[in-house]
Amino acid sequence: MAKIKSLAELQKKRDELQAVAAKTKNEKVIVNVSLATCGIASGGKEVMEAMKQEAAALGINNVEFTMSGCMTYCFAEPTVEITLPGKEPVVFGYIKGDKAKELVSKYIKSGELVDGVIPASYERIVF
Amino acid sequence: MVDKNQLRIATRNTGFIDPESVESYIAVGGYQALGKCLAEMKPADVIDLMKNSGLRGRGGAGFPTGVKWGFAAKYASDTKYVVCNADEGDPGAFMDRAVLEGDPHNVLEAMAIGGYAIGGNKGTIYIRAEYPLAIARLKLAIQQAKDMGLLGDNIMGTDFSFDIELKYGAGAFVCGEETALIASMEGNRGEPYTKPPFPAEAGYWDKPTIVNNVETLANIPAIIMKGADWFSGIGTETSKGTKVFCICGKINNVGLIEVPMGTSLKTVIYDVGGGIPDGKEFKAVQTGGPSGGALTYKDLDAPIDYENLVARQSMMGSGGMIVMDEDDCMVAVAKFFLDFTMDETCGKCTPCRIGSKRIYEILDKITIGQGTEADLEKLRSLSHNIKDTALCGLGQTMPNPVLSTMRVFEDEYRAHVIDKKCPAGVCADLLEFTVVEEKCVGCTLCARVCPVNCISGKPKEVHVIDQAACIKCGACLDKCKFDAIIKQ
Repeated sequence: MAKIKSLAELQKKRDELQAVAAKTKNEKVIVNVSLATCGIASGGKEVMEAMKQEAAALGINNVEFTMSGCMTYCFAEPTVEITLPGKEPVVFGYIKGDKAKELVSKYIKSGELVDGVIPASYERIVF
Repeated sequence: MVDKNQLRIATRNTGFIDPESVESYIAVGGYQALGKCLAEMKPADVIDLMKNSGLRGRGGAGFPTGVKWGFAAKYASDTKYVVCNADEGDPGAFMDRAVLEGDPHNVLEAMAIGGYAIGGNKGTIYIRAEYPLAIARLKLAIQQAKDMGLLGDNIMGTDFSFDIELKYGAGAFVCGEETALIASMEGNRGEPYTKPPFPAEAGYWDKPTIVNNVETLANIPAIIMKGADWFSGIGTETSKGTKVFCICGKINNVGLIEVPMGTSLKTVIYDVGGGIPDGKEFKAVQTGGPSGGALTYKDLDAPIDYENLVARQSMMGSGGMIVMDEDDCMVAVAKFFLDFTMDETCGKCTPCRIGSKRIYEILDKITIGQGTEADLEKLRSLSHNIKDTALCGLGQTMPNPVLSTMRVFEDEYRAHVIDKKCPAGVCADLLEFTVVEEKCVGCTLCARVCPVNCISGKPKEVHVIDQAACIKCGACLDKCKFDAIIKQ
């Protein structure tokens, strides 16, 4: 990997990465699964796998799967955040059993909301 | 519409970025703060900015971070250390783990900023071995940052170099105390020593050392980027910024929260936490883990900050919040925490080693109905003596669960010692299970479920519990369909 040699280079790198992220966000469905110790323990990895399989089975191929750390909703693990192209992210909790497939066949496929939406009750600092 | 009660600074990236990708961190402005310090600020400017921001240590005691850095910067030395205290050990606390697993680069970046500010180029993260995923993600993050020239030699083309290594703790609670932590890192027994000298003057290997908690560090890049005025505009007069809490126990929305300092307990419990399950009454919340104390229904309107908690015999602690409802006995809760500290005391100083045992014994005596009024006085004076004489923070704060519960729930203590009753119905030795004659239909279910066969009665007749033989297991109470058995 090329080393970053100055603050200007770092800023350039950030701008490039943000441009890529913005493009992805416009074109693809982003599925972000909470995979901290707690999320993994409650079945987050299985949820991700089930969603990948369901997407493949339904022929949906514009989905990008990512992982993150703790989404802070211990009471509702496993949790998944889905961002439809051009839309605001929505966090779904309690994704157990067939619920993972339902997220793909309903929300991702046709934008139909399913139970377990967790409203965002925070303001997040960005810079 | 949900009110936005939470403000996420320390956890701004946790749950949003991929912790195993340095690009993911750079895309949200990662390492910009370090770059800004190196390119545009002198070390003294960084320290001034930290001082002006009003950031105080999030590990418990709340010492101003900028002042700590200023001390370490003052001492001349060829080597200085930045230590990240990730020895999170309170029951019910997991905020440091969440940050390390969700946003490891944030902590690394802040450590490098600390190194630049004090003139040090070695960093060590003291993390407990029970956090394997956090360790794996930190190791990966360190490697990625080095590969990109964001850590290691000549960071971003400057002459500043900073390297970070991990040290694993074996999970001793006392090692979260900074002097014990340093002793443990040097390979010695994890026992605290008397300050001064403070670590800022002579810490790790007797070199100037700053020890900062994970959450404290996690705030720093945001403060550098957004400025001291922005940060000091959040919170209360004496406590700036936000605090991360792990809210658990008898609460609907168990989880991690980050609220501005000064948020009321009521907002935390009812708005953010979603209230108490099953329509029960809120009774108390233990903040600060075993070193903290109980805030009660009387404190619901109190703004949460360092001073307000100390005034109520609690403390900020690292941020565990264990919520209790009407079914929890405060004497039993105090006993639980003393059991913990009795196990975790390192044994070096007498007040803590013997005192914790003595407090535990008195509490145990009270919960089995053998306490006296004199014991309550003894508890109080012993607690104050330990607070005044113990060597380190662990011992000095260990009586807090007792003092704070006695402050508001003295009635409950008195009920145990005078009436020999546990009002919450927890202390088994003080309970009595009885059959309500008017309600009992003689279905025989209770007699059949009783493990010691102490319930007698013919079918369709009122049953009777033999109090001498009853072991107070509560099986009959759970089984009865007619609410004909009561516990009191």
